[in-house]
Amino acid sequence: MTTSIKKLPDTEQVLSGNGACGGCPATMALRMVGKALGTNAIMLLTPACSVASMGMTPKLGYNWPCINICFATAGASASGITHAIEIMKEKGRLQGELPTVFSWVGDGGTYDIGFQALSAAAERNENIIHFCYNNEAYSNTGVQRSGATPRGSFTTTTPTGKVQPKKNMPMLMLEHNIPYVATATVAYPGDLYDKVVKAKNISGMKYIEILAPCYLGWQFDMADTVQMSRMAVRSGAWLLWEAENGKISFNSPSSHIINGKRDADPVNEYVMKQGRFNRLLNGADAARRIAEIQGDVDREIAFMRERAKIMI
Amino acid sequence: MRTAQVIMETGAHAAALAVKCARVDVIPGYPITPQTSIMEALSAMVEKGELDARFIPVEGEHSALAAAVAASAAGARVFTATSSNGLLYMHEVLHMASGGRLPVVMCNVNRGIFAPWTLWADHQDSFAQRDTGWIQFHCSSNQEVFNTVLQAFRVAEQINIPVMVNFDGFVISHCFMPLNVPAQEDIDRFLPLHEPEWRLDPAHPSSFSNVTNAAEYASFRQMLSQDIMASIPLVKEAAQSYKDITGMWDGDTIDTYRMEDAEVVVLAVNSMAAELRLSVDILREQGIRAGLLRPRLILPFPAQDIIDALPQNAQVMVLDRNYNFGHHGGILASELKSVLFGRRHDITVKNRVMGIGGVDLTRRFMADEIRAMLDE
Repeated sequence: MTTSIKKLPDTEQVLSGNGACGGCPATMALRMVGKALGTNAIMLLTPACSVASMGMTPKLGYNWPCINICFATAGASASGITHAIEIMKEKGRLQGELPTVFSWVGDGGTYDIGFQALSAAAERNENIIHFCYNNEAYSNTGVQRSGATPRGSFTTTTPTGKVQPKKNMPMLMLEHNIPYVATATVAYPGDLYDKVVKAKNISGMKYIEILAPCYLGWQFDMADTVQMSRMAVRSGAWLLWEAENGKISFNSPSSHIINGKRDADPVNEYVMKQGRFNRLLNGADAARRIAEIQGDVDREIAFMRERAKIMI
Repeated sequence: MRTAQVIMETGAHAAALAVKCARVDVIPGYPITPQTSIMEALSAMVEKGELDARFIPVEGEHSALAAAVAASAAGARVFTATSSNGLLYMHEVLHMASGGRLPVVMCNVNRGIFAPWTLWADHQDSFAQRDTGWIQFHCSSNQEVFNTVLQAFRVAEQINIPVMVNFDGFVISHCFMPLNVPAQEDIDRFLPLHEPEWRLDPAHPSSFSNVTNAAEYASFRQMLSQDIMASIPLVKEAAQSYKDITGMWDGDTIDTYRMEDAEVVVLAVNSMAAELRLSVDILREQGIRAGLLRPRLILPFPAQDIIDALPQNAQVMVLDRNYNFGHHGGILASELKSVLFGRRHDITVKNRVMGIGGVDLTRRFMADEIRAMLDE
């Protein structure tokens, strides 16, 4: 059973007065992550929204020691910290339970510039949690395309819509044979909380990707962040799943879409609520473009349904 | 002084042995010729349990230094090593290490830079990182590599600035020379355990290298600049203390040879400076009053010590194993001229670039070059 939002701990690691935008999904997600991790953790961030919003030196909006690192280095930097604290404990220079080492990185620092170091850390099975808060663009620099930007989406570097589909990053991480991979999004906080608690108690490399609908980049009303997150899941544009030791299982409501108990909502409504898509859908080719987006979603659902059947 | 053993070792293994003697905690590593044998030796020491440390076999040099920097921020004593393009690939992380005031020690085994491809020694790699805020030593023997790695940790941790220990590929890294290894208790006396004032600690949540306003940023940079200059007395103190404990001396900020009555002063770094002692002897035999001034420290540039060491009216022959593109000659000559300007009008400076990409520098060749420079 997924933990009810009413049962989540009252403790807060995301402090009031940080500089995030209203309705920021990354900050909402981080709040849930904080409830699951508690205070005994070390946080790494790459230059991104969550650094820009955590406050100016020396103030800090998060209740952890936080280190802002070079953009491409989340996998390597987190490895350095986890080895450092482990060896210092072995040598008697640190006492008590070792803190959880986690990276809090956007899709740029995960899918793109940070991919090499992250892949290597996963291959080494480093004892870290890598969180990707995926707002499907380089939002902090003003919304440019990333490897996570879906086909058809406007960004400032895809002014007529991105031509290529996004890549399946959680699946790529799973293929590194790491002990835990999960996807989540802000409309399902209990699901996210449970996955973080699970990851915290697994040794080795953990990867959790959180879809983070960004009102600025996606161009919707900032009050609708959670609704947009829910629509992404209900349309199948975002699938909730986790894999322990390579075994994929889907979480509600994505599990119902995968097993055919419930049809995914057509992407039309999800797409048309977002300026990043609908500003390009006024012309004669609107139907073709929506069909393309729907095709990408259908393909991923079909792929994941079949991929989950492989259990060796 | 209790010399535990004298062994035959390569420069690369001398560096690895020093890292072991320094009781390093974390070693992220990635191979590149001619540095590779340092990482091979260290990973073997860790695997065999001879060195109680973590070796992280990362996927590239950018990650090697990133892991080193992060491990240092967590409070560990950290070492890594690289060469040539590997050092260039680390460039932005070099800045994070110094700006973040993290006392990482790194060996750079000097090698020319791609393109075209070369494997052999020149100094373009380390000199190209001159403005990254690292303290930089350049060593001329295997023993000096060993000694300097230990001195580097001491200085780095005293002033929270990373230190790069440079030495030539193959000429030093792969050549065997006798190596004095002091007793471990003497080394422990010289280099106590690393106890950082600050580290990433959940009991004390704080941000590290977060956004700063302009005035704060400027203040951080000013402190770094001032502290780099303030490392000069620490370098001298480390060299003296090391001598007091081990009996060994390679010079402090500079090293000199036959300078007492010199009229012609040769200035160069690394292995060519060791060979230049023999060139100085040859020139002396030929009736030229030559001496050698070898900066061990390139950054901070030991301006006062060089000025004080230069005899009245000396002709300084700077032999650069690098290019100062956009100017005539090499970087050492430009550095020297900048410190002499307005302070020593009696000195003349001549400069040649040589030994690029490992071109062999024999004592006779360099003596001939210096004699030719006298006639220019």
